[in-house]
Amino acid sequence: MLNQEIQDILSRSKAWGWVLEPDAKRLLALSGVDVPQFKYTDQVQEAVEFAERIGYPVVLKVVSPKVIHKTEAGGVALGIDNKIALGEAFHRLRGIEGATGVLVEASVPGVELIIGSKIDYQFGPVILLGVGGTGVEIYKDTTLRMAPIGPEDVLSMLKSLKAHKLLEGYRGAEPISLTALTRTLTAFSALVIALSESVTSIDLNPVFCSASRCVVGDARVMLE
Amino acid sequence: MDFQKLFEPKTLAVVGVSLSNDRHPANVVFNKNRLRYPLAVYGVNPKGGQLHRSEIFSRVSDIPEKIDLAVIAVRADLVPEVLLECIESGAEGAVVISGGFAETGNKDLQDRMAAIAREADFPLVGPNCLGIYSPEYVDTFFLPSERMVYPAKGNIALVSQSGGVLVDQMINMADEGVGLSVAISVGNKALIKEVDLIGYLSAHPKTDVIAFYLEGFEKNGGRDFVLAARECGKPVIALKSGRTAEGGRAVSSHTASLAGDYKVFSEVLSQYGLVEATSQFELISFCEALSCYQKPIGDRIGIITGSGGHGALAVDVCASHGLSVPRISKALQEEIRAGLSRGVQPIAALGNPIDLTGSAVDDDFMAAATCLSQSDEIDCILTLVLPYSPGTTSDLGARLSRIYLREGKPMVAYVPHLEKYRMLIEGFELNRTPVSPAIEGAVLMAEALRRCQPC
Repeated sequence: MLNQEIQDILSRSKAWGWVLEPDAKRLLALSGVDVPQFKYTDQVQEAVEFAERIGYPVVLKVVSPKVIHKTEAGGVALGIDNKIALGEAFHRLRGIEGATGVLVEASVPGVELIIGSKIDYQFGPVILLGVGGTGVEIYKDTTLRMAPIGPEDVLSMLKSLKAHKLLEGYRGAEPISLTALTRTLTAFSALVIALSESVTSIDLNPVFCSASRCVVGDARVMLE
Repeated sequence: MDFQKLFEPKTLAVVGVSLSNDRHPANVVFNKNRLRYPLAVYGVNPKGGQLHRSEIFSRVSDIPEKIDLAVIAVRADLVPEVLLECIESGAEGAVVISGGFAETGNKDLQDRMAAIAREADFPLVGPNCLGIYSPEYVDTFFLPSERMVYPAKGNIALVSQSGGVLVDQMINMADEGVGLSVAISVGNKALIKEVDLIGYLSAHPKTDVIAFYLEGFEKNGGRDFVLAARECGKPVIALKSGRTAEGGRAVSSHTASLAGDYKVFSEVLSQYGLVEATSQFELISFCEALSCYQKPIGDRIGIITGSGGHGALAVDVCASHGLSVPRISKALQEEIRAGLSRGVQPIAALGNPIDLTGSAVDDDFMAAATCLSQSDEIDCILTLVLPYSPGTTSDLGARLSRIYLREGKPMVAYVPHLEKYRMLIEGFELNRTPVSPAIEGAVLMAEALRRCQPC
């Protein structure tokens, strides 16, 4: 399951105990989990070229081994919709402690979910699904299953969230794609099983789920 | 590893009997088995001599018969040596009662003992436990018989990490008329763990339901446990302590913070169709319900009552336990009404709850229960019986149970548990209809059937 590139990512991340976001995104993409188009660079010109190619608005995030909680460190700039704003944000983020570069990403629409995993001492790898975003520990609307999980587990997980009505098309909104969510969760489950000796926990938060896709906005992979 | 001889031994050695202190745990085990169980019992003490006019052997190997089960109650540091002697003399299994192992920090000693047993493929229960109560075969609990409460023989196997909680549950089972197939206190689980017992009990013909009191598992032990429980083909109930002992740990990810030990335990159990009890009362209610019915049901409850207030209370409890009390169809209501006695027909409220009123007689309960049993609008009948109503007789329990036996639709009942209503209660319980002394208990019984999905 773990190809050479994933193993390389894990071994170079050991130095700081977690996987930097560009590597985490690459790791997920290699495992069949959808991530936004992104560019990791320390050159503002490259950032601008990338943004112009994929189209504004974009998201900029700091990449630093010293910054594990980016929001708290002011390391996230959302809704960047022109070259000047991008340049300003880029230089601000480059100034954050330990910054090695900046991640430029496509903005993705969707309901914010959290998909996570932890290697439980008694039960081994478990998969979490819940209402995501920055309020995840306030709402605590989450559910858990022991990995591996299959499509029927995904359905029962969704049903056991208080927010399931919001996700299934509340007051005229489009429901999120069950197919995309199932594909994401089952691919993630397989990845977690393969990584269970190497990681302690993983947060994919937020995961943007819409009627067509589930895309991982941010990923935190904590190593053993 | 063959556990048969642990549970159905014909010969028992009790190692560590005292020649001077008859309250010693080994002496209690020696005495109760010698006096009350159909097996040959041999006491062992290095000094030899006699106890209660029986010969005491200085070594296990001196016993003239092959030993099926050895109960070891010597000082912890002497246990490995005794264990080796048991294995060498051909014993088939052992229960180590002695404490002083991992629970007091002597993990090495415990590991050494477990390694000896594992090497010899020798079943070992304990240490630091009460061991095994196998009705009509053997009782290794070092509690004098006159102090214990023994439930009737039945189809529930009880497995507990704590001996004290196990004995408590046996008292509760006896109180509620729930029968026991075997009780096992596993103590420190040096060798035989819950998962091994699921394997044995799944093929144990006298056991239909397996109930656990759990404290914790070793690494990945919970995973093995739920996987085995799903495969065993019998309902598995679990009560866990330490549900609130989490929090306060600094963790670096949301998932680690949100997926606390207990939340994982609870959600994984329900993922695999185990029925988690959150209190001793729930445990006993679930045991009683699943001892009668082992097939899962839907969530639609039909309530039959002689009192509107009881019906309303039961509806509230159903709602808080995720059970529905759907209004039944006009056609079904008319069918029920046609079967009611003339005095009750015009005053009964039949929408669900079916309130037959204080004027109801046994035949009215029978009519309503028969119609509900034959209808596919509900999955389980909850009967609230008020034995003090003048129209209710002591026969009602046995009569209503017969409807279940005939129609096969699960029925649970609430009856106040007073000695003078005993015949009514036994009429239900002896005919496979579980009865609770509390409305909430009766609802819990229905909930157990709904939650036990893969069973």
